[in-house]
Amino acid sequence: MNARVLDRSVLYAGAIFLAIWVLVPFYLIAISAFTPQAKIFDYPKPLVPTSLSTDTMQFFVEARGVIPSVLNSLVVALFTIVFGLVLGAPAGYALARFRFRGREAFQVVVLMTKMFPIAILSIPLAVTFLQLGLYDNLISVALVHTAMALPFIVLVTGGVFVAVSHELEEAAQTLGCSRWGAFLRIVLPLALPGLAAAAIFTFVISWNEVFAATILTLRTRTLPAQVLASLSTSPLAFKFAGGLFMVLPAIVFIFLIRKYLMNLWGSR
Amino acid sequence: MSSIAIDAVSKIFGKTPALKDIALDIRDGEFMVLLGPSGCGKTTLLRCVAGLEQVNSGRIRIGERDVTDLAPRDRNIAMVFQSYAVFPHMTVGSNIGFGLRMKRRPKPEIERRVREGAELLGLVPFLDRYPAQLSGGQRQRVAVARALVMDAPVLLMDEPLSNLDALLRLQARADLKRLHKEVKRTTIYVTHDQVEAMSMGDRIAVMREGAIEQLGAPMEIYDNPATQFVGGFIGSPPMNFLRGAIRDGSFTGDGFAVPITRMRGDLQGREMVLGVRAEHITIADDGIPARVMVVEPLGSHALVTVLVGKTAVKVQAPIDVAVRPDQAINLHFDEATLRWMDAGTGSAIQR
Repeated sequence: MNARVLDRSVLYAGAIFLAIWVLVPFYLIAISAFTPQAKIFDYPKPLVPTSLSTDTMQFFVEARGVIPSVLNSLVVALFTIVFGLVLGAPAGYALARFRFRGREAFQVVVLMTKMFPIAILSIPLAVTFLQLGLYDNLISVALVHTAMALPFIVLVTGGVFVAVSHELEEAAQTLGCSRWGAFLRIVLPLALPGLAAAAIFTFVISWNEVFAATILTLRTRTLPAQVLASLSTSPLAFKFAGGLFMVLPAIVFIFLIRKYLMNLWGSR
Repeated sequence: MSSIAIDAVSKIFGKTPALKDIALDIRDGEFMVLLGPSGCGKTTLLRCVAGLEQVNSGRIRIGERDVTDLAPRDRNIAMVFQSYAVFPHMTVGSNIGFGLRMKRRPKPEIERRVREGAELLGLVPFLDRYPAQLSGGQRQRVAVARALVMDAPVLLMDEPLSNLDALLRLQARADLKRLHKEVKRTTIYVTHDQVEAMSMGDRIAVMREGAIEQLGAPMEIYDNPATQFVGGFIGSPPMNFLRGAIRDGSFTGDGFAVPITRMRGDLQGREMVLGVRAEHITIADDGIPARVMVVEPLGSHALVTVLVGKTAVKVQAPIDVAVRPDQAINLHFDEATLRWMDAGTGSAIQR
């Protein structure tokens, strides 16, 4: 009894520590982003902000290049989602439904592509894109992001399709659907929440990716590349505002799809 | 007119043969049960008829049509799956009408037939519910209704009752039998439950290791099993088997001798298996000596397990039978009901 109470309290203490570890930086960035310029260097910082203002955020949003880079980021993320799902979801479906030779090997290889650091891949990629005339092009950034997101998309959509019973598809076929029709009418609607989760996570991957975006673009910057490029010359308040602006969609989306990420991490 | 002709059908999974040269003719309106232990190929055969599996060789005809190379939707069949496969994102009504919508029937007709199907299976109060709000038995009925409204001449059922609890299964069994009488579709019904097979089938095909071991009417199979396997699979309790040989007017084995009066002369001395049903053995004042092991009173009768020589034998006795464990008793076998099989192959021998 006592041992169990002790176990629980250790567990909760650890969980609370980890939560604080993650949440405090978010919190500090958030209040700093809404602190007026003049007060940003106040020390010690009051834990509960005394004077909130949207001046800094406004300053960031109105800064030169921010709005276009947000649009660029959106375009890149949308293309990444489309490319990623078009290429990755069929692979996930195949993993879920078919027992083909080399199936296990394929799953490992899919994950192995994550072994190569993007820093090493970026230079040859930049050269290749220059040769192909794709350099400084949003599509090229989207292609790289697609490559980065694909292993994740394949494995998650695989899990999503496995969860839709094969017999449902077969029942639809005996009831007058073709294979394709059974997929569209039965599997797709049932898989949709999971596929949406994969799409949102892909969005977050693309939205936050900075390295490839920086290397592969010059003028058509995505938001992270834009913020990075102006980081050394911008005031502290601007950095906080930019940081919050970039981190917010990720937090919101991951919160929305956490159920599916749990699936991915095997606590099904 | 929708008989089903299965002609020399074989199916191989990788290197494992799942169906070996199966031939089976199912008559129009017949209720055919495929019965066998798991892995015997019964579900594979059903799926071949449905078109969900491709055969490696052989032909399948439904009515006059060769359907061997047709997609499931072109075969004019309807199927009930073991898991029911009720679409979770559709209401009961949409589920039942799904096949009709796929066939682009006019809306009033769909509504009328969904209603009829729901009435037939007592689902009218649930038409607007989602499957998640239904019990297992109700979901099973949705699956049956969905198959029936298709008006397909052939109905395929893959262990449709195996996920129901015992009481519900009894009820559903009777319901399905009544339904078959009403709609008279040619039906193939797969099960591993010999009671279901006996009670529902017009004929039963007992399968084992990808082949049909015996085909016949339920009582024919029960009374005259073609092999030791069939005798041991059908009936509760299964048939009793004693191994021995005929010598000097009795069937003699390890520690027992059963007197036999009539037997073909050429069977003298041959190693055989004697098969006898529990209800054909009586406890008598004299006869074959045996020792009582267990007495199980089952309400309508008692099941007594005795040791004949070294073989355990189940005897059906009146409920008021006065025997105790370890008691020495005598048994009488009704000679006309004894069945004989070859000890090596297990095949029945005519006497």
